[in-house]
Amino acid sequence: MSASNGNGNGNGNRNGSQTGAIRIGFYVCHCGHNIGAVVDCAAVAHYVGTLPGVVLSRDYKYMCSDPGQELIQSDIREHRLNRVVVASCSPLLHEHTFRTAVERGGLNPFYFQMVNIREHNSWVHNDRELATVKAKAQARAAVERVRYHDSLRTTRVPIQPDVLVVGGGISGIHAALTLGNAGKKVFLVEREPSIGGHMAQFDKTFPTLDCAACILTPKMSAVRAHENITLWTYSEVAKVEGYVGNYTVTIRRRPRYVIEDLCVGCLECVGKCIYKEAKFPDDFNVGLSRRKPIYIPFPQAVPQVVLIDPERCLQVKTGKCKKTCLEACADRKAIDFSQQEELVQIKVGTIILATGFKLFDAKRIPQYGYGLYPNVVTSLELERLVTSSGPTSGEIILRDGSKPRTAGFILCVGSRDTRTNRWCSRTCCMHSMKLAQLFKEHTQADVTIFYMDIRAPGKGCEEFYDKSLREGIRFVRGRVAEVTDWALAPEEEGKLVIRVEDTLAGFVRRIPVDMIVLAVGMEPQADSQAMRRLFNLSCSTEGWFLEKHPKLAPVSTFTDGIFIAGCCQGPKDIPDSIAQAGAAAAECLALIDRGYIEQEPNTAHIHEENCSGCKSCLPLCPYTAISFDETVGRARINEALCKGCGTCVASCPSGAIGQHLFEDEQIFKEIEGILA
Amino acid sequence: MSAKPKVAFYWCASCGGCEEAVVDLAEEIVGVVEAVEFVLWPCAMDFKRADVEALPDGSIAATFLNGAIRSNEQEEMAHLLRRKSQYLVAYGACAHLGGIPALANQFTREELLRYVYEESPTTSNDAAVRPRPDCGVNGHRITLPELKQMVRSLDQVVPVDYYVPGCPPTPRLTKAAVAALLSGSPPPAGSVLAPDLALCEQCPRKSTKPVDLKFMEFKRPHQLRLDPETCFLAQGVVCLGPATRGGCESACISGGMPCSGCFGPTSRVRDQGAKILSCLSANVEAREPGEIEAVLAGIPDPVGTFYRYGLARSILRRDVSLAAEPVTPRAS
Repeated sequence: MSASNGNGNGNGNRNGSQTGAIRIGFYVCHCGHNIGAVVDCAAVAHYVGTLPGVVLSRDYKYMCSDPGQELIQSDIREHRLNRVVVASCSPLLHEHTFRTAVERGGLNPFYFQMVNIREHNSWVHNDRELATVKAKAQARAAVERVRYHDSLRTTRVPIQPDVLVVGGGISGIHAALTLGNAGKKVFLVEREPSIGGHMAQFDKTFPTLDCAACILTPKMSAVRAHENITLWTYSEVAKVEGYVGNYTVTIRRRPRYVIEDLCVGCLECVGKCIYKEAKFPDDFNVGLSRRKPIYIPFPQAVPQVVLIDPERCLQVKTGKCKKTCLEACADRKAIDFSQQEELVQIKVGTIILATGFKLFDAKRIPQYGYGLYPNVVTSLELERLVTSSGPTSGEIILRDGSKPRTAGFILCVGSRDTRTNRWCSRTCCMHSMKLAQLFKEHTQADVTIFYMDIRAPGKGCEEFYDKSLREGIRFVRGRVAEVTDWALAPEEEGKLVIRVEDTLAGFVRRIPVDMIVLAVGMEPQADSQAMRRLFNLSCSTEGWFLEKHPKLAPVSTFTDGIFIAGCCQGPKDIPDSIAQAGAAAAECLALIDRGYIEQEPNTAHIHEENCSGCKSCLPLCPYTAISFDETVGRARINEALCKGCGTCVASCPSGAIGQHLFEDEQIFKEIEGILA
Repeated sequence: MSAKPKVAFYWCASCGGCEEAVVDLAEEIVGVVEAVEFVLWPCAMDFKRADVEALPDGSIAATFLNGAIRSNEQEEMAHLLRRKSQYLVAYGACAHLGGIPALANQFTREELLRYVYEESPTTSNDAAVRPRPDCGVNGHRITLPELKQMVRSLDQVVPVDYYVPGCPPTPRLTKAAVAALLSGSPPPAGSVLAPDLALCEQCPRKSTKPVDLKFMEFKRPHQLRLDPETCFLAQGVVCLGPATRGGCESACISGGMPCSGCFGPTSRVRDQGAKILSCLSANVEAREPGEIEAVLAGIPDPVGTFYRYGLARSILRRDVSLAAEPVTPRAS
């Protein structure tokens, strides 16, 4: 027990091999003009050179370059430096670089402190004089602190090779398959009863007009059949514990009242259900068709297994039903009304979140009449109407069953709008043009697209726009003001009138149409905040999951070992989603195949003789690294489990817990240094 | 007069409880009286300031000074006694940490005087007369000590050799302190003469504290029928035991009241209030702002709860407020 506690891993060896006076070497980096243009680096170097303990102070054009690093190494040897401070960019970028240089120079790499005078200074200030004063204060803080640094060692922990993928849309499917094909065990968890996500609801995809089902369903089946993929639909993540390489995840499996392994998807039970008529709105067809209490979400659903809606099923609700479905299932005995919610715990090393998006609720813009006028539909509703497997078998009809002869598409519904969502949903221009082309093809109707700007930056997308123009789709530029059925002219009778300022023609127009399609934008999932907390992620102000770096780490998050893919990170089309899913899978593989996680030595440690056993720290540790020893009445930290979050350190009311790299005296000296 | 070591007791801004604590030594006080020669003890004996001034510098073996420093007279006495004493001991919570009087540091001197002499509900003072440091009455000149801007602990005014914590210190600690100082091998300078472990360590209710405590709400002792054996925190009552130095023999706990923190923090903690605050708030179960507000409403006076004794010595407002008045340079 004691070997894993206290200073058992060899850390905390103050002054280790270092004896005698503190000899600090200080380096300030110009970073080309990045720092040099705003901060007077030579003045900073000169000033720091006057501080006690600093035996050498230099400014240099690029400290991260090979000559810069070699400078540190040779100085350590020649000037017998035993502490090094570099003032340059963010530690996220180059702390590792400089620690390695310090180590190559023969010093423990943790006798090093980095000062960020780029992001924290030159990039956010203009005044050279004040920026230089600030840089001096920052440097002084580091110099004060570094004296109190200890000799520390990193540790390696093995990584659990299994991966959890959350969300079974196209992104999650692709990530799971990529990892499964690489021989890794994958758990794919999907909240809905089938995987497929939004893509399964689409008819064709832009700009190639590929059949969405034809390219998606083989991948869905492959997931089901894959020996390395465990697929749990109708399930949600309930709890996440642990850290990169060693996550323990609890999955909540909701009862389908059907035993997945026994059901073959023959649908006999659906036919024999006591409800002769399908009378409940069908989610997959966005309420355009009806289903029974026992149903399969859609014909190509994976898994091919029925489920029972507990809100609708008489037996589940009241316990009083003839259970004709049981009879229909007969010897298979796949239906099980006694099923209960189940909690399953799995251990994984890495996690990919591909939880997707939700569509903007068009009712939030009442002037467009969605929900008021039956022939105002959303783009997804039209998508279901166009699909041959949809509720109308691919026929586009008005609510009264007649064929529309004119249609208007309103773009940017819930996008690029300060009243709703400011962002561009990226896909609606292309999606609408695709639907407009299909609309024309199916009905020969006159189709007009009302747009603000057409955004067609993807491969083949501008060409698709040209094709739309060639096919006679009309484009009117302007944000639609309102949709009304109030006819002012005979040709408007019985139609929906779009009122819009045509900003190219320069006047307000009234355009009567039979059907209106609202290109609703994408929004973060309703529970994205809860998910964010569950997985300890950051969100942008809009609620999209935040990537670690918008350019250099687009699928990583600030939580190591958790990656994001697809629309949960922001609106994107299918190719981009798949590219991200592949990237996220590659990031997981990179971690798994290295086989271990290098742990920073910033762990917490209890000075046992000072611990009063008040137990305040115990419930706080997110990594369950702290235990209570009843025999001595004191708390103990298992440093192998500690991730250095510092929560227990800050909360220890009697100051009995310290933390390597963040000891009280280091922090106080740093504060004193910056305020001096 | 004799070769007995000279000892002084003095009080500054304090309630008198510390003097009582000395008397609490009961019959053992006789032993003390026999062992030492008192040169100043205004509460019990008639000495004047001039008597102390007449003593050679450093001739008092130990001065036990209780109370915070809030007037210029107290400041002068602190300097005088420092000069005359070999050991200066901050005795009790007020001298040690600022104590209850230091709660006044939440307000400016002007606010305090205005409230006490003009605005408090029980004051009737239409002429708004306030005490003045110097005034003439019927041809006589009357001088009064003047309040300082800030209430300070003793060591914020003069260097202090030892601290005896508590409000008031227990007889046992007092006796041990006297014995330690008069022995040939005094403790290291700057020591607080009490154990350096938090009170929980010796708390009779320690074993009843759960390892997974979550605060759903906070209650004050009078709002609950408290179980006499269960940890106060486990009952949702704020107890400063985890952040407070032990050595009090769990006096309050045994008397059915939670620890209010009078022994101050352990040597490893700079700011007792901040520590207990971060400890308790980290274990509050509420996560949404509204719920958090509701939980916090159970602590109507956070400063009075978490900084009841330690406000002068805390990090709070120190630099700003002390900057408002020049601090008398410390005698070195």
